[in-house]
Amino acid sequence: MMDRDTLLDVRDMTVAFGKGRNRNVAVRGLSYTLKKGETLAIVGESGSGKSVSSMALLGLLPPNSASIEGGTATFHGRDLLSLPEKDQRSLRGDRITMIFQEPMTSLTPVLRIGIQLTEALIEHKNMTKAEAEARAREMLVLVGLDRPEHRMRQFPHELSGGMRQRIMIAMAMAADPEILIADEPTTALDVTVQAQILDLMRTLKREFGTSIILITHDMGVVAEMADRVVVMNRGEKVEEGPVAEIFAAPRQEYTKRLLASVPRLGTMAGTSAPRTVVAEPRQVGEVLVRAEGLNKTFAERSWLFAPAKPGTVAMKDVGFDLRAGETLALVGESGSGKSTTGRAVLRLMEVDTGRIEIKGTNVRGLGVAGLRRARRQMQMIFQDPFASLNPRISAGGLVAEPMVIHRLASGRELEDRVEELFLRVGLERDHIRRYPHEFSGGQRQRLCIARALGVGPELIVADEPTSALDVSVQAQVLDLMLELQQSLGLAYLFISHDMAVVEQMAHRVAVMRKGQIVEIGARQAVLNDPQHPYTRALLAAVPVPDPGRVRGALPTLDLATLPTGPLAEVAPGHMVAQ
Amino acid sequence: MTDTVTLAAHPEDAASARKTGFFRALLSSPTGIIGLAIVGLLLIVALAAPLLAPHDPLRMAAGPRLQPPSWQHWMGTDDFGRDVLSRIIYGAQLTLQIGAIAVGISLTSGLFLGLVAGYASGWAEKVLMRLVDVLFSFTEIVIALACLAIFGVGLTNAMIAIGIASIPFYARVTHSVVLVEKNKPYFEAAVAAGAGHGRLIFRHLLPNVVPTLIVVGTLGVSTAVLAAAGLSFLGLGAQPPQPEWGFMLSSSRDLISRAPWMMIFPGLAIAFTVLGFNLLGDGVREALDPRQRQR
Repeated sequence: MMDRDTLLDVRDMTVAFGKGRNRNVAVRGLSYTLKKGETLAIVGESGSGKSVSSMALLGLLPPNSASIEGGTATFHGRDLLSLPEKDQRSLRGDRITMIFQEPMTSLTPVLRIGIQLTEALIEHKNMTKAEAEARAREMLVLVGLDRPEHRMRQFPHELSGGMRQRIMIAMAMAADPEILIADEPTTALDVTVQAQILDLMRTLKREFGTSIILITHDMGVVAEMADRVVVMNRGEKVEEGPVAEIFAAPRQEYTKRLLASVPRLGTMAGTSAPRTVVAEPRQVGEVLVRAEGLNKTFAERSWLFAPAKPGTVAMKDVGFDLRAGETLALVGESGSGKSTTGRAVLRLMEVDTGRIEIKGTNVRGLGVAGLRRARRQMQMIFQDPFASLNPRISAGGLVAEPMVIHRLASGRELEDRVEELFLRVGLERDHIRRYPHEFSGGQRQRLCIARALGVGPELIVADEPTSALDVSVQAQVLDLMLELQQSLGLAYLFISHDMAVVEQMAHRVAVMRKGQIVEIGARQAVLNDPQHPYTRALLAAVPVPDPGRVRGALPTLDLATLPTGPLAEVAPGHMVAQ
Repeated sequence: MTDTVTLAAHPEDAASARKTGFFRALLSSPTGIIGLAIVGLLLIVALAAPLLAPHDPLRMAAGPRLQPPSWQHWMGTDDFGRDVLSRIIYGAQLTLQIGAIAVGISLTSGLFLGLVAGYASGWAEKVLMRLVDVLFSFTEIVIALACLAIFGVGLTNAMIAIGIASIPFYARVTHSVVLVEKNKPYFEAAVAAGAGHGRLIFRHLLPNVVPTLIVVGTLGVSTAVLAAAGLSFLGLGAQPPQPEWGFMLSSSRDLISRAPWMMIFPGLAIAFTVLGFNLLGDGVREALDPRQRQR
């Protein structure tokens, strides 16, 4: 029975990929309803079927490999799952619209924004070109873009990621749809931009009365946006309920575990050190890395007749200390220069000026042989564990490699060491002979950690080590990193955009913006008592996984008065750009 | 094939396990099976030519001249009374030699140049790749003709000429693959681990470049066979009385209306070979991707 408010009624939807022996059920017997004007969040980790189930509604599944094996999705008395392609197309982009994760790739790069915006209107609404353009301009203003006339003539590459996502939203809302499906709409965006986009989606929902199906893995976004939540795991619905109920009193074990593994900003506000996970943790020791006055500009190539351009400043007078057994977190948004700094420390990239000392040795002055020796002390863990593992070398070979390079072990001894490392990071003995593609994401990151540990390093640069992982896996990997630090006394240069993760891991935090450290200090000082306006904006934008909290107005950054001068000490060890 | 597979798998502890995985994958795709069957058949025919050929390919007047296909001569006889079937069977030897030698020369030299240029970057890369670009701007056949003008006419020289002429192509392919692989995090991970030049090139880059080149090389065999047939057709490759398919085509030119079988059968043999290597190349490409392989 459908009550009058129900807009979409999904019953027993089953979607499978492949046929026969290779059949793989992606969604199994999924049922939910979507009411008018409601935001329904479908949450789950990778492989939970959350995206597939929504693609099925729009008939966007790959036709040759996926098949809808059963179920119905009733929308205005019609079953979306059995509509002929022609009818589906008339719904798509009109009554039901969609926004995707990647704002860059979901806009056609070769067409002007105006054409892309008006296309669906002319097609579905029978508007004239002039009417459609007027509507498009109106929408651009609604999604908070200035100079709509000018924007209409621009190409996607001329706009920033946040602007492109606004265009996507304008496009999706222009037809005044009844249902908007948003598939991870803010995952690819920086946290301050994410906050603005979420804000925008809330406003538009209120004004248009659109129902939203929000697909996400981020419990913080769920808490901020959703009225009701469907939790999915391995293709099945685990739990469904109002958002407050799901967060306050989850009934199912899986939901409880999922919520428990979500890092929450503020939980560590009372302590200065990261969580202790071993009985007798090593204490923070002597200064291990000292970086001073690092500058790096990526020059635009000058060529014959083209004059040299000033180039992009990736690091501007960056300096910090890192002690043994300590974690310094480099936080910032994309393009802030945090990864560049990490790579410069390992001398994977040459800086223009500055000094990097590791245990008193100037790394920049080392020759080839000296650098190779120095690399025993410093290892790196990358963001994408799969890409950082050579696909044609076995897991055992990969973990053994640094030890072979530095001639630390060979033969039987090497095999024993490899096995020991596998067990140390929570992998198994029979994993040694496998190849990288045969592991899961979390296991691959463990493999990368094992590889880094082999040479007994003192410093590990971890560049977004968990951002490609599901939250439950992220929690495990972070635990492993904490345990290793506290038992081996490793120093971490921990690069991350996720404030909540940083709070769990770091002793000290450096906030970077446009290649510059704008604030650096003890983690408690920086996160609890931020001094720089940018740090404050960054912290305020973090979505909090607590539906009870009402977000205040976002602080607006006045770029003109943003202090970008040299660092000055405001409290012992706490420096802020003036 | 065995050689190339070992190269790709890299002599590691699991090499044998990977090799069976490769063949299983190759045999599970229809293109791979058909390609392998055709190339296998060619190999058998070439190796067992003395046993299979009903007549001596060079003996003139093995039968009456210009005889249409019959039970005695399945593919008829040519204008010297030689048995066309026997000539085609022996021709398989020459064709496979052409493929192996020409592709061998271009592949190894191209791989070397491309690897050096891509890995070295800087001025070495610029100089090498611009040189390759200059060569690339000539049609392969023109370079091959120039080489033949220097070395002199003959089938062996034609093979070498074709090999040299296609070096730029292989160098370009290798170079572009190296540039892609070099920017992947695993390469940076190896640099960060302290790996030296040798290890970076031979353990990290080479195994990731070779699979692409095996595919290109397998496909390249068919191009080489066609080019050699073309050169022989022009009279610059195989010389009488060598039973080379392209040469057989050209000598049948004047007799096309009187003895079409002289042209049809060598033509079919060439087409068949090209098809076989193309299918095999596609099959190998699918099979060499470890991500598509399942245990």
